[in-house]
Amino acid sequence: MTEPVLDVVELKKYFVTSRGTVRAVDGVSFSLSEVETLGLVGESGSGKSTTAYTVIGIYAPTSGKIVFQGEGISKPVAKRPKELKRAIQIVFQDPGTSLNPRRTIGQILELPLKVHGVGDRRDRKKRVVKLLERVELPPDYVYKAPHMLGGGERQMVAIARALATEPKLVILDEPTSALDVSIQAKIINMLIEFQKEMRLSYLFITHDLSLMRNVAHRVAIMYLGKICEVAPTTEFFQNPLHPYTQMLLSSIPVVSEEEEALKPAKVVSKGEIPSPVNVPPGCGFHTRCLEVGEACTRRVPEMVEVAEGHFVACHKFAGEPARVFAN
Amino acid sequence: MRRSKMAEPLLAIRDLHVEFKVYEGRLRVLNGVELRVNKGERVGLVGEAGCGKTTTMKCILRILPTPPGRITKGEILFQGRDVLKMSSQEIQRVRGRGVAMIFQDPTAALNPVFTIGDQLMAVIKYGFRDTLSHKEIRKRAVTALREVQLPDPERILTCYPVQLSGGMRQRVCIAMALSTEPELLIADEPTTSLDVTIQDQILRLLNALVERRETSVIFITHSLGVVREMADRVYVMYAGNIVENASKQELFSHPMHPYTVGLMTAVPKLTGGGIAEGIPGRIPDYLNPPSGCRFQPRCPKALPRCAEGVPDPVPVGEDHEVACYLFQG
Repeated sequence: MTEPVLDVVELKKYFVTSRGTVRAVDGVSFSLSEVETLGLVGESGSGKSTTAYTVIGIYAPTSGKIVFQGEGISKPVAKRPKELKRAIQIVFQDPGTSLNPRRTIGQILELPLKVHGVGDRRDRKKRVVKLLERVELPPDYVYKAPHMLGGGERQMVAIARALATEPKLVILDEPTSALDVSIQAKIINMLIEFQKEMRLSYLFITHDLSLMRNVAHRVAIMYLGKICEVAPTTEFFQNPLHPYTQMLLSSIPVVSEEEEALKPAKVVSKGEIPSPVNVPPGCGFHTRCLEVGEACTRRVPEMVEVAEGHFVACHKFAGEPARVFAN
Repeated sequence: MRRSKMAEPLLAIRDLHVEFKVYEGRLRVLNGVELRVNKGERVGLVGEAGCGKTTTMKCILRILPTPPGRITKGEILFQGRDVLKMSSQEIQRVRGRGVAMIFQDPTAALNPVFTIGDQLMAVIKYGFRDTLSHKEIRKRAVTALREVQLPDPERILTCYPVQLSGGMRQRVCIAMALSTEPELLIADEPTTSLDVTIQDQILRLLNALVERRETSVIFITHSLGVVREMADRVYVMYAGNIVENASKQELFSHPMHPYTVGLMTAVPKLTGGGIAEGIPGRIPDYLNPPSGCRFQPRCPKALPRCAEGVPDPVPVGEDHEVACYLFQG
C-alpha cells in the first residue's frame, strides 16, 4: 500500500472544565490514503468534530500523534508552517456562519490566494472567476454578498475557498447536513468529481450513514471518543459487527423495502449517549448494549481485525484469533 | 366532492392563501393549500425548507403572527367549524383540547426559568379550563410523564429543562401535547434536532401513543424516510402548494409528480449506487413567484402550458392525487 496521506495514532483531546475533564477524543487511530474518503460517523457528543478540529489544528492534541505526508504535525495551527495550512483545508457545516457576511464572494475567495502569495492581483482575479466556474456559479457572483445566495450556493463558495489553495487533504465537517436533499445531491457529486480530478483525500465527518454508503471508501464509527468499528464501505454495510453499529443501522429511516432488507434484524435502540465527563468504565457502550457481557463493564475492548481491513473494538470478537490493531 | 361519501373529516383545509408583508412587497407564501385529516389518521406533510409546512400549521392554531402575516383566502374546518372565523374564546378551546402541537426544537419550546412541573401542570390546568383540582392535575402530569417512558416522573417534575437531555426534553413536550387528550396532534419536525438512535426511540413512542388513543396526527418532516415510518397518508408540498397526496404505499411505490420523483431519487440509499443528480435550481422567490405551476422553472418535464396556469389536483389512482399537467388530458 502507498504511504498514507494522514496517519493518526492514539489521538487524545481532553478539555479541563470546572465540572471535570471532558474526554472528547480518547485514543483514536486511523489512517487515510491518497484519493480516499474516510467517513467518520457518530452521534452528537461522540467526538467526531473534535477529532477533525485537532487534525486541522484548531485544538492542540492532549497526546497522540498526527502524521501528515510523513511529517509530524501534532501542534496547534499557530505553530504550523504556512505550507501545511495550504495543504490541509476544511469545509464547515453551516455556510451561513463560515463566510464573512461583510465581504463579497470575490474577496472571500481571493483571501486564501493572497495569504499564500499566489500570483499578482490580476492573476488572482482570474483565478477567482475560475474557481466560481468550477463550482458552477456564474462569474458575476464575485460582487455578491453571502446573504444574497441560497444555502447550497453558499456551501459551493465555501468548497471553492477550500480548494483555492490546491490542498491535499480536505476535512468535510457535515457539509450537507444543513441543506435540503435535492441540493445535497449536487454538492456531493461535485465533491466526488473534485476528488478524482485533484487527487484529494477527504475526512468526511457526518452522522448520516446512508450518505456514507454512497460517498466513503471506508467508514469509521465513533462512540464516546473512541472508534468502535472501521471497515471498507461495502464490507461495513454487508457485515456490521459492533452492537452499536447495528443499533445505528437499524435506526435509520429508509425509503424502500430493498433498503429495509439491508438493515440488521431490528435491534431496538435504547438509552442515550453518556456525558463524556463521566465515561463509564470498560466499554463506553455497555450502558446501552443489548449483548453486554461480564468483561464489558471492566475492560476497554481492544481493536481486532476480523476480516481484511475490518476492525472492531468489542469483547464479543476479542477471543477470535485475530491480529491486534497496530497501524 | 370526491370523498363526500366518507365521514366528515376531522380537519379540512381548503384553498388556503397566506401572504407576508415585508419592506420589499408581499411574500405570497401559501398558494392554495388543500389538506384533509380523517379521524384517527396519521397524515405526513413532506417538503423542503421554506415550502410553507410550518406556516400552514400555524394557521390551524391561529398562531401565525398577523401582521406581517395575512390569511387572504381559504377556510380551515376543524370538526366542521371554520377556525378562521372563531371568536378568541372559541379558538382557546381548540388550542386547549382540540389541537396540540410539538415543535422542532424542544429547548426553545420549553421555558428555561420554570420547572417541567410548572409548565406541564399549567398546560393541563388551562387545557381542562380550570375544572380539575390541584391533586388531579398533578396526578395527570405524573401519568403523562410516565407514558412517555421518562424514569422517575416525580423527580422530573421538579427539574428545569437544562437538567434534561435533548431526547428527554422532546419526551416532555410530547407529554405536554398529549396530556390534554387532544383530537389532533401536530408534530412539526419533532426529531430533526435529535440523533438517529434517539429519533428511532421517539418515533416508536409517538406511534404507540397515538395508536392507543386513536389521536389523529399531522406529522411534518423534510425526511421521506421518517414519513414512511410515521404516516398512513402523505402530502408532498412545494413552494406553498400541495403537489401530490397518496396513501403511503402508493406514494413510495408510484411517485408521480416530477418534484416527488426528484426528491425520491436524491435521497441517499443504503443500497448504495451513488447519488442521483438532485433537482436543479432552488426554491422560488416568494416576492415574484413564477407564473403557473411554481415548480415549472426547475421541472425537467415542463410543458409550455405549465407557465400559464396552476394545475388542479386530479385523481390518478386509488387514493392518489397529483397537481401536474403531465397527468391531465
